[in-house]
Amino acid sequence: MIGEPVLALRGISKRFGAVQALTDIELEVHQGEVVALVGDNGAGKSTLVKSIAGVNQPDEGVIEWEGKPVTIHRPQDAQQLGIATVYQDLALCDNLDVVGNLFLGREIKRFGVLNEVAMEKRSRTLLNTLSIRIPSVRIPIASLSGGQRQTVAIARSLVGSPKVVILDEPTAALGVEQTAQVLDLVERLREQGLGVILISHNMADVMAVADRIAVLRLGRNNGVFDRRSTSQEEIISAITGATDNAVTRRKARGTEGTE
Amino acid sequence: MTDDGSTPRSDDPSRRHPEDFMSTDGVNAPVPVAAQATPAVDPRLIIQQEGVAGYLKEFRRRLGSGELGSLPVVLALIVIWAVFGSLNSTFLSAQNLSNLSQQIVGTGMIAIGVVFVLLLGEIDLSVGSVSGLCAAIFAVMNVTHGVNQWVALLAALVGGAIVGLIQGLFFAKVGVPAFVVTLAGNLAWNGLMLQILGANGTVNLSGHDIVSRLYTTIYGQVTAAYGLALAGVVLFLAAALQEANRRRRAGVPYRPLSDIVLRTAVLAVIAFLAAYTLNQYKGLPLALLIFLIFIVVLDFVLRRTSYGRQIFALGGNIEGARRAGINISWIRISVFMIASTMAAVGGLFLAAQIQSASQTSGGGNLLMNCIAAAVIGGTSLFGGRGKTWSALLGALVIGSIQSGMNIEGLSNAIQFMVTGAVLLAAVVIDSLSRRTQKAAGRA
Repeated sequence: MIGEPVLALRGISKRFGAVQALTDIELEVHQGEVVALVGDNGAGKSTLVKSIAGVNQPDEGVIEWEGKPVTIHRPQDAQQLGIATVYQDLALCDNLDVVGNLFLGREIKRFGVLNEVAMEKRSRTLLNTLSIRIPSVRIPIASLSGGQRQTVAIARSLVGSPKVVILDEPTAALGVEQTAQVLDLVERLREQGLGVILISHNMADVMAVADRIAVLRLGRNNGVFDRRSTSQEEIISAITGATDNAVTRRKARGTEGTE
Repeated sequence: MTDDGSTPRSDDPSRRHPEDFMSTDGVNAPVPVAAQATPAVDPRLIIQQEGVAGYLKEFRRRLGSGELGSLPVVLALIVIWAVFGSLNSTFLSAQNLSNLSQQIVGTGMIAIGVVFVLLLGEIDLSVGSVSGLCAAIFAVMNVTHGVNQWVALLAALVGGAIVGLIQGLFFAKVGVPAFVVTLAGNLAWNGLMLQILGANGTVNLSGHDIVSRLYTTIYGQVTAAYGLALAGVVLFLAAALQEANRRRRAGVPYRPLSDIVLRTAVLAVIAFLAAYTLNQYKGLPLALLIFLIFIVVLDFVLRRTSYGRQIFALGGNIEGARRAGINISWIRISVFMIASTMAAVGGLFLAAQIQSASQTSGGGNLLMNCIAAAVIGGTSLFGGRGKTWSALLGALVIGSIQSGMNIEGLSNAIQFMVTGAVLLAAVVIDSLSRRTQKAAGRA
């Protein structure tokens, strides 16, 4: 990737008590690029995402946004920069309807009063253009299936016009058709010049949409692979630690040394 | 990448206002493959039929899935009125019902504040003591020290708000459970009230001050009550029609006309019956008018402002609310301030009712009645569901039981037991409906 990354992590480390969760992590996301973040359970994917999203603060290291170092203390800071995160647990309010959830925290107002009509209209347009099928935008989230909730959560992340979208296991709970729709959606985001960080355990999904694949292992970088010149086996062995060899090390250095 | 222009980007998305967001470019550009492949409307969607038949069907479906809303409390009210009315005809007399409409105001005002706290899924056990404290502040300042009545009124309300601020800070910032903070407050504020009242113990209101007049003023003109009923119905109809019109023009589903007419008709019957009853006695009590204004205004705040939306979000999913960028601490503190301020308002009405602030103000079963009123009226104890109107309905139920038993000459002992049973029944209904809603995918 040529050009300045929109989001770059430089030497991020994070400790929880006696556990060194992240050590010296490097990661770059460019505009119009899908970076898959893979790793076994406990590899530090969620901790890394929380550091970017402002839920946790890294102990060491620098987060660079469009080339400038930034500090992200709170989730709001990340949102204001233009980082939207869709968490695995979705964090939707069951008692609010779809419209209420989509616009939660950034309601459209008219004379200081909620403009329900405008929000509903936009929700319908947004869901339609993403070809998300929901029985009605006025039913509570509690009535929706798991897949429908996932699509609502992703749609919600797009309401604020972000530059980088982080998707934490977006297809984990989805059926075949809905997984395909989410992957279409990920490609759509890339075409629009957004940077996407996709966390997934599903290698087929990763190989289908990712441009680069960053592997974490035990809280450390274990190689960054270009999707076009790698294989599923190579990534799996990097995840499991079977190939911590010079080739992957040099490749990782090579991709990170171009900025 | 931005400088060499290799990636086509129409404009900077972060600079765009949400209002401009739904343009045809950016994320919202049509997705060609999927959009053609899928119909816009989900075929599984149960579409409500137009007209009264569809309305009844929808109503039955809602009942089946446990969305009881105000139905249990309305049924309970009808049963209570029928029982006491058949036992003694004076219960349903215009005089008794008019008095009832005034007596419920104090409890009801406090219950509105409790509704706000319950929406967060929390509880405020100090509202009884706070109501007594604020009544004492007003009485001592105005009567004992001769302070201007408006200043005294303001001091009482600000006092309530400060109490809420203190309790809210301990809850939201320190992290003490609301139950414990307000239980401690219940005792502490009661002590402060006794301190303020001093050795004498009871301060009688002058009878001419603003608080006394809030309670004793009754608009005797026939047009007052009917005018209020008419204004309410017309405003409701106009708002419903305008809303439907706006939605129709925006191309989103709207309420059919028959539905609006039906709702307006029901409201009109209730409003004019109430106005007729009030006019049979003295007329429209100012206290009731103020109570209704508080309910309508705060209902608007809850349902139509982003502040209200944030309260519901907190009651639904705190983590979700936090990630949406909502300032959790501020919402919590402000809600406790609203609850305490409403307790102050209620306390002033209760003081006006007995024309004094005494050592027993805000004590007894007032706290229980206020929480019971909110819950009986249909506000969930589990957070995230409720309306300010439940304060009116719940206060009516509790007030009716007390009034009916007083007429029958039953002792406090029986009253307490019956009110306790009604509260338990309300919570049981809340729990059961919540379970049914979960099964029907509605909670």
